[in-house]
Amino acid sequence: MEHDIFGAIDEKTVLDANQVVINMGPQHPSTHGVLRVKLTLDGERVIDTDCIIGYLHRGTEKIVENRPYAAGVPYFDRTDYVAAVSNNLGYVECVEKMLGVEVPPRVQYIRTMMTEFQRIASHLLWLGTHALDIGAMTVFLYAFREREEILKLFEALFGARLTIHAFRIGGLWQDLPVGFLDACRRFSDTIGEHINEYEGLLTNNRIWLERTRDIGVISAQDAIDLGLTGPVLRGSGVNYDVRKARPYSAYADFDFDIPLGVHGDTYDRYLVRIEEMRQSNRIIQQCITRMPTGPIRAKAPRVIKPPVGEYYHSVEGPKGELGYYIVSEGKTSPYRVRIRPPTFINLQALKKLVKGHLVADVVAIIGTLDIVLGEIDR
Amino acid sequence: MNILVNYVVIPLVKIVVIVAILSGGIAYLTLMERKVIARLQHRLGPMRVGWHGILQPIADGLKFIIKEDIIPIKADRFVFTIAPGISLVPAFIVFSVIPFGPPDSLWGTGGYVTDVNIALLFAVAVSSVGVLGVILGGWASNSKYPLLGALRSSAQMVSYEVAMGFGIIGVLLVANSLSLVEIVEKQRSMGVWFFFVQPIAFLIYYFCGMAETNRLPFDLPEAETELVGGFHTEYSGFRFSLFFIAEYANMITVSSLAVTLFFGGWLRPFSSVAALSFLDIIPPPLWFVIKVLIFLYIFIWVRGTLPRFRFDQLMRIGWKVFLPVAMANVMVTGAILLKFL
Repeated sequence: MEHDIFGAIDEKTVLDANQVVINMGPQHPSTHGVLRVKLTLDGERVIDTDCIIGYLHRGTEKIVENRPYAAGVPYFDRTDYVAAVSNNLGYVECVEKMLGVEVPPRVQYIRTMMTEFQRIASHLLWLGTHALDIGAMTVFLYAFREREEILKLFEALFGARLTIHAFRIGGLWQDLPVGFLDACRRFSDTIGEHINEYEGLLTNNRIWLERTRDIGVISAQDAIDLGLTGPVLRGSGVNYDVRKARPYSAYADFDFDIPLGVHGDTYDRYLVRIEEMRQSNRIIQQCITRMPTGPIRAKAPRVIKPPVGEYYHSVEGPKGELGYYIVSEGKTSPYRVRIRPPTFINLQALKKLVKGHLVADVVAIIGTLDIVLGEIDR
Repeated sequence: MNILVNYVVIPLVKIVVIVAILSGGIAYLTLMERKVIARLQHRLGPMRVGWHGILQPIADGLKFIIKEDIIPIKADRFVFTIAPGISLVPAFIVFSVIPFGPPDSLWGTGGYVTDVNIALLFAVAVSSVGVLGVILGGWASNSKYPLLGALRSSAQMVSYEVAMGFGIIGVLLVANSLSLVEIVEKQRSMGVWFFFVQPIAFLIYYFCGMAETNRLPFDLPEAETELVGGFHTEYSGFRFSLFFIAEYANMITVSSLAVTLFFGGWLRPFSSVAALSFLDIIPPPLWFVIKVLIFLYIFIWVRGTLPRFRFDQLMRIGWKVFLPVAMANVMVTGAILLKFL
């Protein structure tokens, strides 16, 4: 290896008796769930960090191995529980790929649109909690106000708000309800205004700039080496987005940009995610205007028995590349299901990002990685 | 007999009244904060207890008293017990020198508890004792997060008290007195509030005041999302509520001092303009309260708007911006006074 990603700990500071080991979490307001971080501090400066995970382990992957393929979908509502639609999309498309099922265009458009809504909802939640961690509490409630509207749309289409079992293998549970597209359009017309509102509170705010600029810098090379994906990777200027790199669902039909950062610091990642919300909205608008008519189900077999083999399918979740690797033995339930959880891999960067910063930056960096413990611990 | 009445009975009555009003004011300041913040954030705030949550502070107070009082085994019991008191009492003591009305009000006894000739010095000195309570509380908890909070608090106090002191000197130079009553009287006789004479001093005083009261964007010693409450992490029940009350009492203290020093205390706006004498329909103490409320609103507004500074940034601003600017302000003010007056 050319360079040591994590860097060696300075011998002198190790021998220094002024160190304090402090436990952040699993019960801590800013670790976004039950992440536990063991911080070694010199005063307030972080010398070393150690992540301890697993407090939310539910054995999702193992459970799914013992269920029919179709019954696996709701379990993935609960991995990244703030982005259930994206999780469902990844799994459902993977199984469809195994079966060789081609879903009708209307289904693809609806799926794409709802996934982009989910991306906005997830980014809003990230924005709110990230800002709250840094002390700006109003943004949190503003973001939740708009997220509520998205959850209402989910409720209208899927019948639930959070763990929603959005898609079925081969199609959808029901067609769009009457007036649904109008409701989507109303949301889509106003969200841009609201994003400006958040930006008004943060983007040029001196304190926000001081708190996020040059905090948690990661170079493009290091980001790639650590396997980071999603906004965390793009914040460092690496142009990799599964929606463009390996278009799935209906993404190839749409016109949208991939926002990129320059410095790879917390501020750039913030800007990338803000811009991603705008781009998601562009996709949604295109979906609404071009929504095709047609059936909402493909001809999928009633009993799902995919052919023997190994399959991998990945989608661009709100937090990064979300992959599903499924091994089939030709039975009604998978032999092995493995998720590639973006935040689990992104969390690896914490150690590197935090080193040398202050305690206050730790919460900012945990926030900027946008982790969800349901997905990390599975 | 007269001495007994003048120096014991009358001040005691005033003290009782002020403490009562202040306690009630603090209780309802918490409600005001929740309501104003709620309004900023498109929500309703407390609505359940009484009409629009009007009885919420009473419910909160009762809850604090009923809750279990936990003292950690490893804590320093004595210091842990008295720390909230050390934090709370000075905030109240400052009010003994703050004038709410002119000296001839209240049947000639003066709209204040006492008018000492070093009132300003006294107020600044006493209010900084409050930070000691925070430091002791954090230290005595014998726990890591409170310790970090206490460390931050002491660093913050050192960085901001100095700048604040220099900011106030600007006012002293103009007023030529340390008595708060005389400072207000001077503003009346000059016909201008000191804010317009000393705007920089005011800004420095107010920002440092925010830092001293541990309010956003300077609430580092508490920093819920970093230090889980900081110095009061280990406190619960009534002891916690004392810290809580101290913070709000300090907000009122800082606002009151700001009003007294820079915004003419009990004076109505444009007190020298006779044409506006209809404004006198509002009695002087009420003018004082109105002005204080405006500053309290700004406190809350700022909390609803700004993120939190980081520890080192706060120190940098304190030492590298506020202190030099405050010193320059003192020198420029002094030079102008020397040259022209």
